[in-house]
Formats: sequence, C-alpha cells, structure tokens
Amino acid sequence: MFQFKPIHAAAAAAVALSLGLAGTADAKVEGDTIILGSAISLTGKYSTNGIHAQNGYELAVKRINETGGVTVGGKSYKLKVVYYDDESTPARGAQLAERLIQQDGVKFMLGPYSSGLTKAIAPVTEKYKIPMVEAEGASRSLFTQGYKYLFAVLSTSEQYLASSIELAGEIAVKNGKKASDVRIAMAFENDPFSQDVRAGVMEDAKKLGMKIVIDDKLPRDLSDMSATLTKVKALKPDLLVVSGHSKGAATAARQLQELRIDTPIVAMTHCEAAQVTAKFEGASEGLLCPTQWAESLSYSGAAFGSAGDYDKLFKATFSGYKSVPYQAAQASAAVLVWKDALERANSFDTLKVRNALSATDMKTFYGGIKFSAAGNNTAKPMVLRQIQSGKYAVVAPAKWASEKVVYPRNPNY
Amino acid sequence: MWDNISLLVIAPLLNVQLLMDGVLIGAIFALAAYGLALVWGVTNVKNLAQGDFVIMGGYIAYVFTTLGIHPILALPVAMVLMFGFGWIIYRLIIAHVIERDLFTSLLATFGLALVIQQTLNLIFGPDVQIAESGFDILFLFGGQVTLAEIKLVALVLAGLLAAMIVIFMKTSRMGQAIRATAQNARAAKIMGIDTDRVYAFTFAMNAAICGAAGVLISMIWVIQPFFGISYSIRSFVIVTAAGLGNLPGVIIAGLGLGAAEQFSGFVLGAEFQQATVVGLLVLVLMYRQIQMRRQRRVVS
Repeated sequence: MFQFKPIHAAAAAAVALSLGLAGTADAKVEGDTIILGSAISLTGKYSTNGIHAQNGYELAVKRINETGGVTVGGKSYKLKVVYYDDESTPARGAQLAERLIQQDGVKFMLGPYSSGLTKAIAPVTEKYKIPMVEAEGASRSLFTQGYKYLFAVLSTSEQYLASSIELAGEIAVKNGKKASDVRIAMAFENDPFSQDVRAGVMEDAKKLGMKIVIDDKLPRDLSDMSATLTKVKALKPDLLVVSGHSKGAATAARQLQELRIDTPIVAMTHCEAAQVTAKFEGASEGLLCPTQWAESLSYSGAAFGSAGDYDKLFKATFSGYKSVPYQAAQASAAVLVWKDALERANSFDTLKVRNALSATDMKTFYGGIKFSAAGNNTAKPMVLRQIQSGKYAVVAPAKWASEKVVYPRNPNY
Repeated sequence: MWDNISLLVIAPLLNVQLLMDGVLIGAIFALAAYGLALVWGVTNVKNLAQGDFVIMGGYIAYVFTTLGIHPILALPVAMVLMFGFGWIIYRLIIAHVIERDLFTSLLATFGLALVIQQTLNLIFGPDVQIAESGFDILFLFGGQVTLAEIKLVALVLAGLLAAMIVIFMKTSRMGQAIRATAQNARAAKIMGIDTDRVYAFTFAMNAAICGAAGVLISMIWVIQPFFGISYSIRSFVIVTAAGLGNLPGVIIAGLGLGAAEQFSGFVLGAEFQQATVVGLLVLVLMYRQIQMRRQRRVVS
C-alpha cells in the first residue's frame, strides 16, 4: 500500500516549486525583469500586516513598471517580487531567505514583516552579502549588530513614544511647572519591540529628569491590565504610556473606560491596528498615537507624488481599505529605494548596489530617506497623532502638526 | 513592591476594586474549570484544548455583534453550537484515544488546540476582537471603585449555569449515568449504561460550558485566536487545587485564583500576574505531595 510519508510530500513540494519557478537559476535579472525576493507573513499571526506590506510592495512595483521601470546601463527593466509565505515563524523565514538566495538566485531582497522575522532573516542575507531593504522591522537591536547589507526605511522603535515624553515636558512648562515634575506610568509588553519602545521612553524621561512611578511589564497573552490601571488610578501620574501591539491597545482602551482613568496624557502604540476609534469611540478620545506615516503629512516625492496622492491611489487599487496602513506605505517606500539605488549604481553588482543604497538620500511620499552607517533611516521622524473627535490629527513634531494637542485629554466615558 | 503594598494599606478601597475585579472574572474561570473537571473525572482525558473551546465561544459572541445582535443572546446559541462541536470532536478524535495512555490523549487534545487556533486565525485574522455588551459602569464608594455591570451579569449567568449543571447531574437520568460512569466505568457498563454515549455527552457538555464562558469573557476582556492557552492553564490550576468532582472547591479555587491574579498584578507588577497562576500550581502540587505522603504512612 502506498504510504504518504512527509518526505514524499516535501520532495513533491520541492519539485512543484522548482517547476513553477523554472529558469530562475540566475534570477536576479531575467530578460528585462529585475527580481526582488521576499519572505513575508501571508498566513499566521502576522498575516494582517504581512498582507498590508505585500500590497505596498505590489503597488510600488506596478507604479514603477508603468512609469518607465528601472533604468540600468541605459536599458529599462521591469521589477518583479518573488514571495514565499513564512507562516509568521522566524525559523521558516530564515529557511526561505536561504532558498531565495541559494536556489532562486535572488540578489536583491525586500524585508519580511515584523522585527522578529527581520532578525531571523538579516543574518542570512548578511552571510551571503545580499543587500536587503526592509520596511517592517523597527527594533533598535537590528541596527546594533554591525550589519552592512541591511537598510530600513522606517523609524526605529525607541522613537515610537519618546516624542510623547517631550510633549508632556513642554506641556508642564507651559502650565508653569517643571518638566522634571512630570510623573510617568508605563505598561509595556514583555517582547523585543515594546521593550525597545520602553528604552526610548526611559532615555527621554531620564534626560528631562521625570519620575517613573509605575513600570509594569505586560504578559504576551495579555487580556487584562486592570491591576496596572488600578495602580494608575491610585498614583495619578501625569502621563500614561502603553505599548503591547494591538491587543495592548484594545485592552487598555477597554479598561481605561471601565476604570474611568483620567490621566491627562495617555499615549499608546497600535491605536490604528486595534481600531480604537471605531471600537472604543468615547474612551479613545484624546489618545496620543505614534505613527510612521500619515496621509495628511506634506511629504512628497517622484514616483507617487504626495502622501495624499499615494493614499488615493492605494485605496483605488486595493478594495476594503478605509485608511491606508503605514505598513503598506513604508513597504512601497522600500521598493522606491531599490529603484533609486539600482539606477545610481548603474550595475547589478551586489557590492556596487549596496554602496549605492548606503548613499541613498531621497525625498518620497513616505518622508525623507537617508541611512545611517548602521542602516536605519535618520531622515524621517515618528509623528504623534491625537484622536480628536474620532479622527487622527497630527500634533507633534511641531513642523508637521496640523492641530494643537488637546490637554488634558477629554475622553467621553 | 513595598510601595504598592503600603498603597493598599493607605487606600483600602483599592483592595475592594482588586477583589471585585478578581472574584468576578474568577467566576468565569471556575466555569471553564468545572467543565475540565467533568471530562477529566468521567473520561480521564485531560483536555488541553479547554481554553481554545472558551475562545471559540468568544468568537461566536463576536460574530453576533458583527451581525448587530446583542452578544448576550449568543450565550444559548454558543452552548448549542459548542455542544454539537464537542460531540463531533468526541466521535472523530477523543473516542479513539480514550482507552489509550495519558500521552496519546494529551497529544491529541494539544493537536486539537493547535488546529482550533489556526482555524480561528484563518477565519477571523490575528487581531484582537471584543464583543461590546453596551452595559454601563457602576460607581461605588463615591466613584473610587468602578464596576462594569457586565461583570455582575456574567457572575449571575455563571452562577445560574452552575446551578443548572448541578441539578442536571443530580436529577436527570443522563446526569446519574455520568456520575455512575465516573465512579466505575466497568460497573456502569455492566448495569447497562452506554458508557460511550456518556463519554460523548460529557465531552460535548464540557464544550458547551466552555462556549458559555467564552461568550462572557469576550464581553469583559479581549479575545484573540491564540489566547486559549492561558484559560487552559487556569483551568488546570483550579482543578488541581480543588480536586475532581468537587464543585464547591472548584468555585472557591476559581474565585481565589481570579483575586490572586489581580493582587499579584498590583503588588508585583503585571508581568507576575500569570506567573502567579503557575506558581500557585507548583505550591498546590507540593502540598498534595506532602498530604499523600502522610496518607501513605498511615496505610503502611
């Protein structure tokens, strides 16, 4: 009797895949097409954002191909991205990066979704000296390893909530107090991203001499933070900062309301992902939410025009989006970086392209892009938005602000 | 840590807040734990998918809210659906592992847990969801203590359900058959009880109880496809502490665990909230071990 063993399945899958990608032995450039590779989370726990990122990549590829492609050595090339689903697991991501580079011959990589996956893949691309432009890994620890082939278009995670500390200091001074009078309550999930965010907050709080009265670490499968919020209620801090992905934002918003927390400034990450304005209409009023990008910013650049233009094009191309997630915008920006660097390098040599990437200095709809020696983007700040009458309004930094910050926040419990 | 303890002394109303939050949510833990005790006692299967059944119930309530129906109406529907689901799972999986050793049934239910998680993830996506009950918030002690009405409603419903289960077990023929099978499956069989049917019914009833607990949880906290494990762990801790077939024990342990979580979260920090659950499990096991050693000595 025929027994279906896992090894048969694996072999069959490998054959099927190699047939599907026949002729990709030298896949960096196929005829007039430049192939980029990406392992991305299309299934599993990161799939929502993984698909946002993929849509971002695809939109930029489409736009570039429609507007003349990428010109290298006087010839115009089209872009194409080969995707594999990393199932939201780091080990699988690293395997797939090996496969893209070793078997498919991809020489130019786009990043996966999330810091965790990027951390798993970066050592692989580094080992083969394959440049990777990533758009979804914000963890600061990615840029302290001395990687030479990793470039990130987004702001690093320690900047997410740091601006809310500055803002709290400014408000204190305006109200005749000292910045060092500000008392901070912190609740951060115990994961690399949120702990990076915490490090940024700690650094800024220390600089301004602020006092931290609560410093709770939230568990990974977090669904209750009422004990922490009861403490907040008792200690009455001036500022509450929360970071725990979308589950943290949803839990916090729900329980802020339940416990009637009246802290005058509350800042948290992932407001958009947790859909706090729709699900917790009253409680979300006045929350400060950091974002990598917003369609209302006055950024603009070649391929897409302004941030607003990108927003319109994205919504017209993909159905089901009420607002464009920044995860998609930054993914598009990563593809624009590739086009720019390949054209400046005027070659497909990975070292030359890597050096061109490192010299990137461009303006895009997503903001300025210029890489530090460590590979992170230093030309674009995080912006802070406040939920005002159910809408997100940019309130900091001052240069990009469209509205004044409402202080104290005015939740409608 | 000492700061936080002194805070509890200076502002005693904080204790009331923590106690109420803990006890009210503990009632729901007790519900899920009772289901586990039932299955464990009758079939000797330790169901590792217990928490995932709870989350399934939560998603049923969530679906109701997306359809514009009040999630509390999902309670009976979730119980019926989960009863059917439990019956099917028993026939498909549990019936085949029930006679095998401990590890086979642990592996089977662990696998079931993974399949449920991933299926929920495929259908609903990985984002957290809530079912909004629309109930108000009560202010006690001049607004210093707040209490969501839905928590009280959940307590009442959990109590009603527990009472119904007790009456069912004591008075109905099936309830008696379940108890007989738990006491001695072989003897029950000889007396003409269809033990296979009893097992199926018990497993399905457990799924229904979990479904009800999930509906209540989704209106109080948040749900996500991968949150099941924490409810499984809580159920195991409660059952281990209370013992099988000890409903008052399960209720007390459930309420106590809920309160212990809140207090440890307040005093030690949120990172210790769940560590406390596991820490308590270790303490309970140590206590049981000592207790049993004493008993063994008496026998010899």
